Amino acid sequence: MAYRVEINGEARELDVPADMPLLWALRNELGMVGTKFGCGIGACGACTVHVDGVATRSCSLRVGSIGDRKITTIEALEESPVGRALQQAWLDEDVMQCGYCQAGQLMNASALLARNPQPNAQQIDQAMSGNICRCACYTRIRKAIVAVVEQKETANV
Amino acid sequence: MSETMTLDRRSLLKASALAGGGLMLAVALPLPARAAAAGAGQGAELNAFITIAPDNVITIVGKNPEIGQGIKTMLPMLIAEELDADWDQVKIVQGGTDTAKYGMQMAGGSTATPMNWLPLRQAGAAGRQMLLQAAARRWGVDSAKLVTEPGKVVDPASGRSLTYGELASEAADVAVPDLAKVPLKDPKDFRIIGRAIGGIDSGRIVKGEPIFGLDTQLPGMVHAAYERARVFGSKLKSADLDAVKATPGVLDAFVIEGNGQADQLVDGVAIIAKNWWIANKAREKLSIEWDTGEWSGHSTAGYDQRARELMAAGKPEDVFSSDGDVDAAFASAAKVLDAEYFYPFLAHVPMEPQNCTALCHEDGSMEMWAPTQMPQGGQMAVAQMLGLSPDKVTVHMTRTGGGFGRRLTNDFMHQAAAIAKKMPGTPVQLIWSREDDVHSDFYRPAGWHRLRAALDGDGKLIGFDDHFITFDITGGFNPAAMAPDIFPARFVPNLRYAQSKLKTRVPMGALRAPSSNALAFVTQAFLDEVAEAQGRDLPALLDDLLSSRGKFPDSRGFGGAQPGFDPARAKGVIRKAMEMSAWDRPSSPGRAKGFGYYFSHMGYFAEVVEASLSDRGQVEVHNVWAAGDVGSHIINPFGALNQVEGSIIDGIGQATSLAIELDGGAVVQSNYNDYPVPRMPVTPEIHVEWVKTDHNPTGLGEPALPPVIPALTNALHKLTGKRIRRLPIDTKQLV
Repeated sequence: MAYRVEINGEARELDVPADMPLLWALRNELGMVGTKFGCGIGACGACTVHVDGVATRSCSLRVGSIGDRKITTIEALEESPVGRALQQAWLDEDVMQCGYCQAGQLMNASALLARNPQPNAQQIDQAMSGNICRCACYTRIRKAIVAVVEQKETANV
Repeated sequence: MSETMTLDRRSLLKASALAGGGLMLAVALPLPARAAAAGAGQGAELNAFITIAPDNVITIVGKNPEIGQGIKTMLPMLIAEELDADWDQVKIVQGGTDTAKYGMQMAGGSTATPMNWLPLRQAGAAGRQMLLQAAARRWGVDSAKLVTEPGKVVDPASGRSLTYGELASEAADVAVPDLAKVPLKDPKDFRIIGRAIGGIDSGRIVKGEPIFGLDTQLPGMVHAAYERARVFGSKLKSADLDAVKATPGVLDAFVIEGNGQADQLVDGVAIIAKNWWIANKAREKLSIEWDTGEWSGHSTAGYDQRARELMAAGKPEDVFSSDGDVDAAFASAAKVLDAEYFYPFLAHVPMEPQNCTALCHEDGSMEMWAPTQMPQGGQMAVAQMLGLSPDKVTVHMTRTGGGFGRRLTNDFMHQAAAIAKKMPGTPVQLIWSREDDVHSDFYRPAGWHRLRAALDGDGKLIGFDDHFITFDITGGFNPAAMAPDIFPARFVPNLRYAQSKLKTRVPMGALRAPSSNALAFVTQAFLDEVAEAQGRDLPALLDDLLSSRGKFPDSRGFGGAQPGFDPARAKGVIRKAMEMSAWDRPSSPGRAKGFGYYFSHMGYFAEVVEASLSDRGQVEVHNVWAAGDVGSHIINPFGALNQVEGSIIDGIGQATSLAIELDGGAVVQSNYNDYPVPRMPVTPEIHVEWVKTDHNPTGLGEPALPPVIPALTNALHKLTGKRIRRLPIDTKQLV
């Protein structure tokens, strides 16, 4: 059956089974391949998108259950100031090695900062612990997030 | 500077005019002897690696696959440095797979840096000389009076200048200098080498742009899932595909007959659908009968039992390294240490699941898009399988979401080609589920070592004996082999390495720092036991051993244990790590420090781990101090540090959490939930310092990993008094 899902501010029609995960609707139906497949069981975070602003594993989110909730993917991350700041911090810190997981890392980090603009180190570790980076660029992911937190602190002064 | 490797041929360079104006420099790089012998790049033609366009844009081809080691950024830095290019005007493009053009193209063995350090700089320097000549002609002055600044030639006498773009077409007419004699920059004048430069593709990655293998999309493309037997060595007896074919969305399903070679093509069923999830889910409806043969009885528990029996019996099948008289040393020993060590099978689990996109053209030729570490190996093997000449198989190198050695084996390319061949004209993307990846890897071999050490009346180490229980692997590269000169071989007067082999069908392969990732643990942890028995610490014992002889002769090859091994460099990093970590000062209560040192892939690393046990009995690593010697320069400090940090965290994960187990002939683990690679909270503070020595730079993909494992187990021994002789660490044994 056909579903209408709002993705990155645009209504998209998806004629897929209700139990198809959003990940595979994005990648194979809409050709939006920025959201990555890593594990298929919600264990690695590579497929993270925002559902009404909340970081969600799209490999475990069935299209039939989305309803009128709004989906944001990595392709639209740069439309938010926090998203842009994180993308820049990722480049400044040269975060990535292979880079495959970074779309998911960025989506998770941006949801964290939207919810809690000034997380402490422990809160960052906790929030990011659902995202695996097999290259283990964790020191830099931390630094990049802290850099954005500090910019915002400065901006608030 | 000393040479760390010998090159068989000299680099060649040819210049020509670029269509539409500009300079094209074609380079043929020398190959290491082994690759040349294997046929790679023989008769290599010159290829355009560097072009300088009239608009000043300098394009450099990144010839090797990029798997996350930063090669696509780092190799062009070498050229740009000696060319004296303006890095902001450098554009890097990924080369295609073409042995004739590029010589060897691969990612593995930490080889890119040592192989390219000199030849790529010479190529850049030759280009700079030609641009200087062109300017000299234009101005009618002596080229020796001219200098370069990034992207331009300057005449200091008059202050005039010309950009490289303005000179490029004229430079194409200048005679190419002799590469061996072309002057290289004084390192103090380096502007690019040593500068932290971000990954060349990073800007695209943070936007989610499609650059990975799995992002390949072609018009009319369909997807494939591949069902194969869980039990290694199985053959397909029969398959009922009716229910699968009747599944809505499934376009087709068919049996693929393999050749029994795990690294090529095993029997299976391909299911085709427009959407991969539909194809993969339809596997539930398959009904396949497998002939598992004798192999379904195999298990890690069975291997463990057999290995223990062999170690206890003490009758090795063969001795592969021997110095002095070991039996006499043990007979005369005042004290003998005797311990059994074990490490498990490990999987690679790179983040991007295995995948390959293939299109069989109407004329039978095959076009492929593959995230692989060995594009040329894949091209040759697929051509052979299909009975095509290699030029009928085109392999596009995509960016690769992690390798760690898994993608040195191209079984997924064989599968994709075999499937695509059945549907000419339709591009098909094969994707493995994560479960497929965990169940069908080429695993780091498990291994068992019975180690004995003989100490004389003064506590001196006079004998060392290792009975290694490994697996019987035939064929080319053997990841289960131990090199005869693994440390402390050649540093103990009486030493014997012997082995016995178990039969298996478990596929095995190279995992980041192959053999070293296991042997560093075994040897450095046992030497820590020896040091304790001597009443001193491991660095003191290592210093003693390493002082007993000088540098090893240089030798070819990268996989060998100690090519050109230099004890002075080993001692340098050991001293540095002791300083950095304040080794002589105890940690705060509840914490302890442990030491580990290893030499692998031409890199020297000493590491100190500071660890504790949490209230819940979990291992917590607080600090890691790492001292590394990889030669005279750190080409890109960003990439270099990233590799070291990643290696250290990878090693901590191996030590604390990871094991692949076999039961009923099949792998028990399935995904990241039961193969728990490290996550952010595991990450300690990592302190890295470089010991720069007057040697050509070598690679960093691997050598920082091995020593962290024994450094951690040695720290936990200091903390608890308990020795850890089996990996992963069983914390229940520590409390």
